[in-house]
Amino acid sequence: MPDSMIFQRTKGLTDAEFTYCPGCTHGIIHRLVAEVLVELNQLEDAIGIASVGCSVMAYDFFNCDMQQAAHGRAPAVATGIKRCLPNNIVFTYQGDGDLASIGAGEVVHAAHRSENITIIFVNNAIYGMTGGQMAPTTLIGQKTTTSPYGRKKEETGDPIRVSEMLATIPGATYIERVSVHNPAHVRKTKKAIKKAFQYQQEKRGFTMVEILSTCNVGWGMSPLDALDWLEENMIPYYPLGVYKDKVKEEGRQ
Amino acid sequence: MKNKLTFDVDRCKGCELCIRACPVNILALDEKRVNIKGYHPAYIMEPNKCIGCANCALMCPDVVIKVERVKSDD
Amino acid sequence: MTKKLMKGAEVIGASAIAAGCKHFFGYPITPQNEVPEYMSKEMPKIGGVYVQAESEVAAVNMIYGAAGTGTRVMTSSSSPGIALMQEGLSYIAGSEVPCVIVSVSRGGPGLGGILPSQSDYYQATRGGGNGDYFMPVYAPANLQEMSELMQKAFDIADQYRTPAMVLADGMLAQMMEPVEIKPYDSKNIDKSSWATTGTKGKRKPNIINSLRIKADALEEHNRHLNEKYCTIRDNEKDYEAYQTEQAEVIVTAYGSASRVVRNAIDNLRDEGLKVGMIRPITLWPFPDNAFDELPDTVKAVLSAELSCGQMIDDIRIAARGRWPVDFYGRTGGNIFSSEEIEEKVRAMLKGVISNAR
Repeated sequence: MPDSMIFQRTKGLTDAEFTYCPGCTHGIIHRLVAEVLVELNQLEDAIGIASVGCSVMAYDFFNCDMQQAAHGRAPAVATGIKRCLPNNIVFTYQGDGDLASIGAGEVVHAAHRSENITIIFVNNAIYGMTGGQMAPTTLIGQKTTTSPYGRKKEETGDPIRVSEMLATIPGATYIERVSVHNPAHVRKTKKAIKKAFQYQQEKRGFTMVEILSTCNVGWGMSPLDALDWLEENMIPYYPLGVYKDKVKEEGRQ
Repeated sequence: MKNKLTFDVDRCKGCELCIRACPVNILALDEKRVNIKGYHPAYIMEPNKCIGCANCALMCPDVVIKVERVKSDD
Repeated sequence: MTKKLMKGAEVIGASAIAAGCKHFFGYPITPQNEVPEYMSKEMPKIGGVYVQAESEVAAVNMIYGAAGTGTRVMTSSSSPGIALMQEGLSYIAGSEVPCVIVSVSRGGPGLGGILPSQSDYYQATRGGGNGDYFMPVYAPANLQEMSELMQKAFDIADQYRTPAMVLADGMLAQMMEPVEIKPYDSKNIDKSSWATTGTKGKRKPNIINSLRIKADALEEHNRHLNEKYCTIRDNEKDYEAYQTEQAEVIVTAYGSASRVVRNAIDNLRDEGLKVGMIRPITLWPFPDNAFDELPDTVKAVLSAELSCGQMIDDIRIAARGRWPVDFYGRTGGNIFSSEEIEEKVRAMLKGVISNAR
């Protein structure tokens, strides 16, 4: 039998080293998106939008055309691109500070218009880049640099569940929440990302995959403890699953 | 045939995600080495026991690990 | 050569379409609503795209994305809306993508009022967004000129990879004049070296970005931008000198205000008084060279603006202390009459000059 490759670095990524902290699961998600673009033969038609936050330099990591967007505005930038180039693949890569807070308006209206774009929404319940401040997705009781005594519901409300919210919008085609805390869930995450990009190729409309991710440095724990913390604390509040699949609901045509 | 892991050692940040992902517990940080970044890099302690599941590579956030099936040396 | 009676807002839209603009992203705000209304009606007829954004913030970021693909694209808004767009304009300038922004200004500050005003001169020429940047700003005074400057703005934007603004007010956007929309042979500038259109596997990825983490890289980028702005200053200043021969008082006015000033100059000249006008057509770069061409007879300069005095700063810089610079302005949507300007100029000719605005 000849030698065979089981796993190697995808051509969908550049050779640049990720700038993320050790154990940060952004790197896993980058790799999955890049692998999907290659496997669906979309890489050369893809235009990605890097947002503001830890993933701002995603434009150096994805091996396709990239544009960097202002904080929260990636869905608007993606709209502008897609309306000019409807046959290209357009995706945004946004964190929870970017998408769920300052960019809450842009993502809601992009979904509402059913823009034929794919949003990769990385939810790690904190602002990572700026030093671990409270995000709209920070859990009740979670300590951050701006909720040093733990997030209080009475002062800040409950954490926003973005997938549940966007699933109520008629224009949203496909919304799924997944996680990357262990290999089985990494495999599921890749399937979800693939489905989203497939739907975009079929011009089905707005797709978003919310991916629960760790920020061990921001959370103040080791990378391995962060995986456990995600599973034990985030998943109960942010249940995994498909929140909307209009293509499946309406029957594939 | 056997399974072969290759680590891009200088890209490893020593986060240990691969170590936990390994179902046969044959990965560890090499505490005798320090890579260019200043981390103890991950390595395979018992190469012959690798089952080629690629779980380590799936979890590695820095895409450090390559997994191949190659001819055995013996 | 056929002229058609058109409304200013329609001239903006029709001229943009003639210049090859097929993509419009905007948000309603008075007094420019007829621009998006016109575009929403016309774009489908030519296979173009009209998108009503959820806000001016979203609209300008849609423009940023669309411009990144190398497509000719524009938006239109008014004072508070343009204020919201400054985030995107700074990104557009920093990442060097070409687009056209129409600003039909109204009175301010705050919600102000919808009537004609020129109180957004600073907003247009100083760059309301963050960072060291400028953008060319064109100030038409009639609808034929508005048509031609709209088309020119697209070319200048492409040529210099910059946002370009056409600044008007409610008077120009709402009035009607006979206009010829000239068929336009747009310059075909190759954008393939930077536009994000997908690599097609044939080139390295193009990246549109304004972030430079390292000090040296950002300084190099800022120097590059500054060199570009210097080139624009050298090549693109534009103005009209009207009745400046033997003039003793020069009135400086742009856009709608210059229409009234022109009448005043004509009336004063009919009386035998020696007065003229400098009318900046580009507000940035400011045509300071116009003042170097003035005859030795000039004794004083007046800035006549529909504001409390903004362009006067640039006039004083351009005057370099050679003449006193006086000011006359009305605000709130009130427009000075020809008589008001004539009276002010007669006083100046008699030596009554105030150096304060």
